[in-house]
Amino acid sequence: MNGSWRNWVLAGLAVAVLIAAIYFPFLKRKVKTTAKITQPSEEQVRRELTQTILQNSSDPIVKARMFWISGDDESALAGTNVELALSKDPVLRSKQVLNTLLAGPVDSDLRTLPADAALLAFYVLPDGTGIADFSEALATATPSGIQSEQLAVDSIARTLEANVPQVRRLKILIHGQEFDTLAGHVDLTQYFIVNTKAAQPPPGSNGSFGSLGSPTKSPTAASPAPAGAVPGKSPQR
Amino acid sequence: MLLPAIAMLAAIPFLVSNAQAPQQASSPAQQPYAPVTAPPYPTIPTPVPQRTGLNIVVIDPAHGGTDPGARGAQGIRESDLVMDLTMQVRRALEANGFQVLQTRSGNENPSFDDRSTMANAQRGAVFVTLHISSTGLPGTVRVYTLPDSAATVATGGILSWDRAQAPYITLSRKFADAVQGELAQRFKGSPNNSQSASIRQLRTTAAPAIAVELSSVSVQDRTDLDRMMPGVADAIARGVAVFRPSYVLPGEAGGQP
Repeated sequence: MNGSWRNWVLAGLAVAVLIAAIYFPFLKRKVKTTAKITQPSEEQVRRELTQTILQNSSDPIVKARMFWISGDDESALAGTNVELALSKDPVLRSKQVLNTLLAGPVDSDLRTLPADAALLAFYVLPDGTGIADFSEALATATPSGIQSEQLAVDSIARTLEANVPQVRRLKILIHGQEFDTLAGHVDLTQYFIVNTKAAQPPPGSNGSFGSLGSPTKSPTAASPAPAGAVPGKSPQR
Repeated sequence: MLLPAIAMLAAIPFLVSNAQAPQQASSPAQQPYAPVTAPPYPTIPTPVPQRTGLNIVVIDPAHGGTDPGARGAQGIRESDLVMDLTMQVRRALEANGFQVLQTRSGNENPSFDDRSTMANAQRGAVFVTLHISSTGLPGTVRVYTLPDSAATVATGGILSWDRAQAPYITLSRKFADAVQGELAQRFKGSPNNSQSASIRQLRTTAAPAIAVELSSVSVQDRTDLDRMMPGVADAIARGVAVFRPSYVLPGEAGGQP
């Protein structure tokens, strides 16, 4: 009797070990997969919350045009139509389109702005100047380089131009501060042209806005020309 | 006896000159409304406008010090690479007879304004800032200037330091196209014409100024970039030589207003 029980227990243990041995690779794989699902950053969580608040069910759904990197030419931007509920208020509308721009396209390789960057605030002054205040990630996570920084700024300017006609020019702040450059190259002390048709220098400004039309002669450079500079203070980054 | 005689002889020239002086003074008085055809003093010939020649190239290896610029996965730093590129560009330019100045020669990081000051203090200089990007098709090179819209100069005749590049935009574009044309011949996939971007370094530079950017620090092996450098250096030197005849400073004869 005792010997029979011992055999049954040993057999049971052997089966349990066998099952565990078979299950172990599956378990290992599952742990790895779970580990790959990264926690969203603080900025991403903030953006999701902000976006939810900004979306109003009464806003009409329209086709918004977003500018991300072209799939055919990584040195140029391409417009993509996205259906969005957009407010008629220029400030809310600007926030809605810029948050969509920050969220990025389906193909994340074509995004122009860092995934961690967030829009903290947006204001429109009476003269049509839009002030976009981004989180520090815009400066720290944008790839350093003339091309990448110019594409980042152009994508913001062109997206605003296509969707918010009230915004004539754009000033980019980082966490409420004026930065010298975006990531070492492109000048953030100046204003960028947004709406070429309405772009006229406001009274008392030093210099004109210039024009957005592309002065670039290169067929590969589809990005618009940035604005003429209006001098500002240039604190160090 | 002798002394009065000597004194009289010594006085003769003065007596003669005094006697002629009233005649000279009276001639205009005699014809007060006669047109003056020749001034009674030696004239200074009108200077022939001199064109300031392009002699000096200021090379700016971007970043440096605590600012490494773009960084690649293999530990490649833009600030190091542009120093190596600068040495090769310098040799190519000197071989073509140009004087070369560098905004930095070691691992320091002068401010944007300090770098511009070096070019602004020269007469007959062009400015070339060298960069390696994080992105872009590897093996390609692009040349940038400020956009045409930045050429607007405030009225009143005073040009602020912040907008020092404004009168030079057209010249900068010519210069950039000359260099880009040379680069396009050597590096497949590079654009044929220069592009524009709001580059901080160029805004305060009072000289024809361009930025040259190679792609990119994302290459797996640094030697890929090292291999590009002699071609880039040669293209820049040839581009400067091609641009040289067009170099007339704004305000000079034949220059821009």
